[in-house]
Amino acid sequence: MTTALHSPAAAGSVLAGTAPAGTVLADTAPADAAPGPDAASPAPVTMAAALNRALAESLAADERVVVFGEDVATLGGVFRVTDGLAARFGPARVFDTPLAESGIVGTAIGMAMNGLVPVVEMQFDAFAYPAFEQVTSHLAKLRNRTRGRVSLPVVVRVPFGGGIGGVEHHSDSSEAYYAHTPGLRVVSPGTPADAYRLLRQSIECPDPVIFLEPKRRYWGKETVALTTDGPPIEQALIRRPGTNVTLIAYGGMVSTAVEAAEAAAGEGWDVEVVDLRSLSPLDEATLTESVRRTGRAVVVHEAQGFAGYGAEIAARLTEQCFYHLEAPVLRVTGLDIPYPPPYLEHFHLPSVDRILDAIASLEWE
Amino acid sequence: MTLLADTFPSASRQTAQPGDPGLAATPLRLIDADGHPGADPGRLELPPAPVLRELHRRMVLGRSFDVQATALAKQGRLAVYPSSRGQDACQVGAVLALRDQDWLFPTYRDSVAILTRGVDAPEALALLRGDWHCGYDPYQYRVAPHCTPLATSALHAVGFAHAATLKGEDLVALAMLGDGATSEGDTHEALNFAAVWKAPVVFLVQNNGYAISVPLAKQTAAPSLAAKGIGYGMPALLIDGNDAAAVYAAVRAGVERAASGAGPLLIEAVTYRAEPHTNADDDTRYRDRAEVAAWRARDPIARLAAYLSARGLLDEAGSAGLAEEAQRLAASVRERLSHDVSVDPGELFDHVYARPTAALRRQRAALLAEVADTEPGEDAR
Ligand SMILES: Cc1ncc(C[n+]2csc(CCOP(=O)(O)OP(=O)(O)O)c2C)c(N)n1
Ligand SMILES: [Mg+2]
Repeated sequence: MTTALHSPAAAGSVLAGTAPAGTVLADTAPADAAPGPDAASPAPVTMAAALNRALAESLAADERVVVFGEDVATLGGVFRVTDGLAARFGPARVFDTPLAESGIVGTAIGMAMNGLVPVVEMQFDAFAYPAFEQVTSHLAKLRNRTRGRVSLPVVVRVPFGGGIGGVEHHSDSSEAYYAHTPGLRVVSPGTPADAYRLLRQSIECPDPVIFLEPKRRYWGKETVALTTDGPPIEQALIRRPGTNVTLIAYGGMVSTAVEAAEAAAGEGWDVEVVDLRSLSPLDEATLTESVRRTGRAVVVHEAQGFAGYGAEIAARLTEQCFYHLEAPVLRVTGLDIPYPPPYLEHFHLPSVDRILDAIASLEWE
Repeated sequence: MTLLADTFPSASRQTAQPGDPGLAATPLRLIDADGHPGADPGRLELPPAPVLRELHRRMVLGRSFDVQATALAKQGRLAVYPSSRGQDACQVGAVLALRDQDWLFPTYRDSVAILTRGVDAPEALALLRGDWHCGYDPYQYRVAPHCTPLATSALHAVGFAHAATLKGEDLVALAMLGDGATSEGDTHEALNFAAVWKAPVVFLVQNNGYAISVPLAKQTAAPSLAAKGIGYGMPALLIDGNDAAAVYAAVRAGVERAASGAGPLLIEAVTYRAEPHTNADDDTRYRDRAEVAAWRARDPIARLAAYLSARGLLDEAGSAGLAEEAQRLAASVRERLSHDVSVDPGELFDHVYARPTAALRRQRAALLAEVADTEPGEDAR
């Protein structure tokens, strides 16, 4: 296993070696079925490329959009998500900043106050923490503070999560910090098609959006037409219909959940997979409808379980679906430890087997 | 004003002591503490008489407002009030130096600056009264909300100003900071971003000697706060912050310089907070009474009044008229803030997102039902 700091090549090779990167699922939900303009012959596209296209098309469509951050211009970002944008749109639209995350988000807030639509990149999940004060005290609150007079249509892109063999501080799942903060939207795509659609929707959204990009899925391919048609930003999607148990996932765990559902079918369980897409606000309607139907629920995420996002899901399902439940709502999460080093990360990350074990324990009689 | 980029370092160096590396200097001043022309004007240009008279008038009004707000806080009519008494010259001089299209980014301390910018008194005090976090429309007055997390709004000022550059707008942002706030990381990031981007920003540090109880000596080892500009490649001025003429001239120079595309300016204005940190603070725990008394004697309003009177620009009738105007302002502030606050609990949910989420709509309905069920006279809180 490689331990490169943040070389996308290394991330790719680790992915190929250990993560089910090849299993990116087709964008199967009914709402997605509407064919895009080039649906006739869609080419395979990675999530990184889909995000790049969303940025390029947003920059082209709206002159208020600016893209900036560390290494995003000349280099194209350490994950190459902004590749080619500076050359195409010029230094007034796409630019490198000094190396300071609070500065990036703080100036984005000022730019948005003055009518721009900043899309900023945090280089890695754990390196977004210096910006935490700007995100929680200002980005999330300025609309409320000013009684709706100041709107901050800012998108903060954060490559997040593990599974790429990254050394310390390169694999955090930080969604709960943001989801806990009223005023922020928090979204995370699980597929290339959704990455494209959600990013374009996030850039158009008048609310600030924390856009969590699952690093381990950057290089997974999907053969699909990229289109903004489909579900709105805050709608969850049923990725795989099923009748016995609802498996709830988001971001990098969507593929893992679908893989687990396929494996479970072989053991006689018909598993429905709900991809939340939007962590905040939460589409409770889709979620509770599914769980009332299946009577069982398992939440999956990479982040540590204690006070994690899954706890909120479990609590809401218990409050709203209790009399339909055949078994307690279970969580399959990372361990309650600091993110492990590369040789140990597979012990931490939810796996298909762990998900199957959880499903097996759901009071089947 | 003829200040150019290369003249700033020399302006602050010219009064440096022998052996001094040129970083520390005596603050520039146009009018001395006793009202005579200043000994160290550097390249600062004395504002014309009408400006000086207006500086004096607005300081008198601002003081009256500040004294009234302090009294209202003591009576419990405001949740808290951080007085800027003693810093009147900074509050008024900086704001009058702005052009109409420019933007002010104030801290919690800068209510008089907000008032001077034209915000109606009750709107300017909404945060401190507690009816909402910001009582005015920032776009109407080109004043950002009062900012309480230290130094954070300096970055907003830089982003706002840089957006103006990108859009081709002629606009300068004035970022207000305290001496304590200069230790925060966001001050460093804001100065650095502004310098790298040549953003049209003027940073005004009101060095009032204390961050609550902590004196400047525990805050920094730099020879002055203005000296920090060198590390960012940014020109800086050290000025007497109790000299309204100097504050006006320095900020005006910064605005003109920034608007010309030459980039940001850092100004350190040496002043003193005459009142405790807020009405809730006990400054006898950390400040010598003699020190406070000495600074109170260096009152910025008395200084400008002495200068104006000596030159026939302010007479007794003028002073009396102004005192009356100030009393009327105080009476109106008192009157308008003495009503009980009426609040709408439903509004708590209205501005969290552009459109309230389903979950917030449910919570809103539940809260309103709870309020409706509350017996009249019973405290819903
Ligand atoms: C980030 C942050 N830390 C701490 C505080 C609490 N606090 C409020 S005012 C203050 C002192 C600030 O001093 P200074 O910057 O000199 O401004 P002054 O109050 O003297 O105007 C402190 C510590 C805060 N508001 N924000
Ligand atoms: Mg201070």
